[in-house]
Amino acid sequence: MTNMKRQTQVMLVLILALVLIPLFVSSKFWMGFWVMLLFHALIGQSWNILGGYGGQTSYGHAVFFGTGAYVTAVMQTHFGVNAWAGAGVAIAAGAIVGLFIGAVSFRYGLRGSYFALVTLAFAEVFRVIVNAWDFTGSGFGMLLALKPGAAHMQFADRQWFYYLVLLLTIMATGVAMWLESSRFGAHLVAIRENEDAAKALGINTFRVKLKAIVISAALAATAGVFYMQYFLFVDSHIGYGPSMSISALLVPLIGGPGTVLGPFIGALSLGVLSEITKHTMGDSPGANLMAYGVLLLVVLRFLPNGLMGLFRGRS
Amino acid sequence: MAVLEVDNISKSFGGLQANAQAHLKVEPGKITALIGPNGAGKTTLFAIVSGFVIPDEGRVTFLGQDITGMQPFDICRLGLVRTFQIVQPFAGLTVRENIAVGAHLRERNRSAALDKASALAAKIGMKDMLDKPAQSLTIAGRKRLELAKALATEPRLLLLDEVMAGLIPTEVSEMTEMIRIIRDSGVEILLIEHLMQAVMSLSDHIYVLNNGRMIANGTPQDITANPQVIEAYLGHGAADA
Amino acid sequence: MFDIGILTAVTLNGLTVGAIYALGALGLTLIYGVLHIINFAHGSTLMMALYACFFLHQRAGVDPYTALLIVPPAFFVLGYALQRYLIAPLGFGKDINVLLVTLGISIILDNLALYLWTSNTRNIDIPQAQMFVELGDISLALPKIIGVAASIVVGLLFWLLMTQTDLGKAIRAVARERRGARIVGISVDHIFAMSFGIGSACIAVAACLLIPTYYVTPKVGDGFVLIAFTTVVLGGMGSFIGALLGGLFLGVVEAWSGLWLGESLGQIGVFIIFILVLLFKPNGLFGQRNT
Repeated sequence: MTNMKRQTQVMLVLILALVLIPLFVSSKFWMGFWVMLLFHALIGQSWNILGGYGGQTSYGHAVFFGTGAYVTAVMQTHFGVNAWAGAGVAIAAGAIVGLFIGAVSFRYGLRGSYFALVTLAFAEVFRVIVNAWDFTGSGFGMLLALKPGAAHMQFADRQWFYYLVLLLTIMATGVAMWLESSRFGAHLVAIRENEDAAKALGINTFRVKLKAIVISAALAATAGVFYMQYFLFVDSHIGYGPSMSISALLVPLIGGPGTVLGPFIGALSLGVLSEITKHTMGDSPGANLMAYGVLLLVVLRFLPNGLMGLFRGRS
Repeated sequence: MAVLEVDNISKSFGGLQANAQAHLKVEPGKITALIGPNGAGKTTLFAIVSGFVIPDEGRVTFLGQDITGMQPFDICRLGLVRTFQIVQPFAGLTVRENIAVGAHLRERNRSAALDKASALAAKIGMKDMLDKPAQSLTIAGRKRLELAKALATEPRLLLLDEVMAGLIPTEVSEMTEMIRIIRDSGVEILLIEHLMQAVMSLSDHIYVLNNGRMIANGTPQDITANPQVIEAYLGHGAADA
Repeated sequence: MFDIGILTAVTLNGLTVGAIYALGALGLTLIYGVLHIINFAHGSTLMMALYACFFLHQRAGVDPYTALLIVPPAFFVLGYALQRYLIAPLGFGKDINVLLVTLGISIILDNLALYLWTSNTRNIDIPQAQMFVELGDISLALPKIIGVAASIVVGLLFWLLMTQTDLGKAIRAVARERRGARIVGISVDHIFAMSFGIGSACIAVAACLLIPTYYVTPKVGDGFVLIAFTTVVLGGMGSFIGALLGGLFLGVVEAWSGLWLGESLGQIGVFIIFILVLLFKPNGLFGQRNT
């Protein structure tokens, strides 16, 4: 209980600090840094719901992210739908994909490594499809027309993108906090710790996992929508490729899976590491992710509970 | 009306016949025990009764309702809960959080469930361990936790699978006393047990399973005198010795 | 469209690729069967081996078939060291941890390659690539035939190793009963590392055979990982015959999907099979049931 109160306090302080960031940041570059940091916290939090709290590690979270990005792009480009409505459809689409993958995987009892591989396979299937289909821009990807204005969810001033992603991240974090204080969350965590014991105590494990993956997918799709509005471009590799899947899982794993603040710590660590790498190894592609890989191994070696383990003090 | 009726349950895994026309009844107010040599099929029967395994034949009736083939969580909601022979704690969670998972079956609110868990822990002597992670408990502690988790679901019938295994004599006495207290509070109990002294002192009625079949049932006195039971445990011809 | 000549040609081509997949799957099956881990770094290992062959050819003029004497032994040693000194200590013996460790290794290797050698596609030109073997109406590139032949040889050597040597017996013992093997004095850590090394060597052989008709980029391992896993799962985790047959089957599936769905969409054939197998028959078609 006190743990909950303490976390809430820390969260409020954090939110306050984050809200004030734009007042101290003037350069476009640094604003962009903070936007991407929160973006990673957002997609990390989405993975956290399913993988951190639920213990179902997905290696293909891009399948939900990419759906969010592509569907909103398609809605706006091919159907002339407004950006906000398109976002709604995209998030729903992501949730449906989550429902499908979850229903199919959990119905057949896929766990652990098998579940990780199946999510990866689904991401690859989607990647190949959008890459081959003209409707989704095939190899060229999809571009959103530049239309600055709140009505189109595009902002000339990067600051507003920052506030948007901050809002989304707070929302996602709100879900995590809800998990910490609800019966659903207790059920989800029980499943993570011991699925059979959970069943024996009256938990409908299939339904709980399904709910978790749908929520997780919807949040990841939301991140996809944001990405699309911010960068105005997506292709099969960005949308459904391994890069985003890896980011999604690294952020919470490194920061502390199954905790509310973990994704923030993870996003910050990866963001800082990214900048350091850029300055020491130059901007070459690959340097970044390579550093992430090393960090992952280091964390696995020393901190099986991620950096949050340091704060929690649990053995 | 019997609390639990197991009729003619048969189950085979591949070539192995784990249960063959097994039957038993749990009458209200009587602690019932299921005993038999290793590999007799006792845990399989528990798994079938609690919904983890679907039988090939036969029927399980709980409080008058046919529960054969129902899902474990639905059976648990009806009030039939089992513990596991190899304890299954929620390793990374504290004792309180462990018990709260069980409490959540009847209690939606998080803090209420945690409070119920604390109260239950105090009743079974685990008050000092509430904030400890489950994986740091000794075997006796884990057995007690297993019991507490199950009790938190407010069951009508408790299936205890070798809850004494691994305990030293003082711990056995404590556990025996605890089971009596649970029975006195109105919970029916069916237990699998190897430790004969515990079986004899606790049970009102005993069923003996051997090679998947029920070979005897009766009071503890009946069972100890039964030649078939003696042979099942000690081997052919032992009854005559 | 369904001309028998085209189908036959496509099938034969698929089989030749499948033979290589089978080699890769053999290595992965060994690793899974013995260590019970899904080696995520398998694709990255293939990629590194391809680069090794490439640079050997480009800098030292060594052709891939000669490289068979250099690269596989080197990768055996690397694989051994990787398992013994990196994966085992970091994995803490927990399944999901080990998966993450191999994921981490694959991330590092993939991006190291990207960083050092950029994403430019490389390939090598050897005279054999221009030679063709006639099989009735169909002509197959010579390297593909060599690939099949070499795969068969390696498969046989593998079988001999597993059944006729003490090492093979020890490996099978550890695969079946880890603790028992330890009790009779087998160094399980050593066997794990040996298995990983042999598995890596198999993949290196596949690389040498693949490079004449394939291309080399840092991403080449990605698609391969899933194909290799599909092969292993299809064949039944832990069954070598299954892995071999699975590899051949998938090679043909891939070739046919490429034919019917076109080059870019064709890749999904394999992934869909993977998903279907995982859902409906996770023990594969030949696998041993996990109790």
